Amino acid sequence: MPTIAWESFTPWSALAGGLVIGLAAALFVLLNGRIAGISGILGGLLAPEKGHIAWRVAFLAGMVLAPLGWMALAALPDIRVEASYPVVIVAGLLVGIGTSYGSGCTSGHGVCGLSRFSLRSLVATLSFMLTGFVTVYLVRHAFGA
Amino acid sequence: MKYTLSSFVAGLVFGLGLLLSGMANPEKVLGFLDLAGNWDPSLALVMAGAIIVGVIAFAIARQRHVSFLGFDMRLPSGDQISRRLVIGSVMFGVGWGLAGFCPGPGLVALGAGEPKAVTFVAAMVAGMALFQLIERRRQSA
Repeated sequence: MPTIAWESFTPWSALAGGLVIGLAAALFVLLNGRIAGISGILGGLLAPEKGHIAWRVAFLAGMVLAPLGWMALAALPDIRVEASYPVVIVAGLLVGIGTSYGSGCTSGHGVCGLSRFSLRSLVATLSFMLTGFVTVYLVRHAFGA
Repeated sequence: MKYTLSSFVAGLVFGLGLLLSGMANPEKVLGFLDLAGNWDPSLALVMAGAIIVGVIAFAIARQRHVSFLGFDMRLPSGDQISRRLVIGSVMFGVGWGLAGFCPGPGLVALGAGEPKAVTFVAAMVAGMALFQLIERRRQSA
């Protein structure tokens, strides 16, 4: 069994944040009839189709502007990136290629797919979770100091 | 116009949810993925919260042909487990584990002005563009 880091575990804000994320996915499917899959929304802008540019830009703009909205009410939470720039670049390339190839990420497959009971999304989610666990193990414990 | 506005609202609410959940912080995501270290289970509760609301929303969506704003429902229909799906998701998982960023938190952290998030998003967009270039080549060959 893993040792739980009680000092960094934030159950209430995690659950509340999750409910808000679920609300965003709910709004998007119930108002616009679409899956809130962030990699797909972003990727679709690279080969733009007529009539499908504005809503994609609007969704992404909402996400990027969220910290600004947050700051109107409270101080921004910490954002700490341990990885070095070269690692961040490799990570970005892998996330970009991988989510395109696998048609989705944590939002599209993880949140929306699992909420739809999609077997395909379950397989995708288990695949990226498992390799996420393995990668962090290798970086932090097998190769890392 | 309505469609664009509701997209903006959904994106904004999504981003606020990521900030509230702590998942815009890669350190927190890696704390979940690090089972062998001091494990932070928060991400599991984020997923649980999101899925509780999602299950209800998609159950309602499935009953409808048009959305509440009158737009076509565009829910994925296929349920095929393909090699592409697994290979792509495995690649994504490696990238996710390396830096602790997935696409949504990357965009939110970019908006917060984190320089490494700007780099991450640029590399991610380059990766997506590379994929589309290869796909187009393959289709025309």
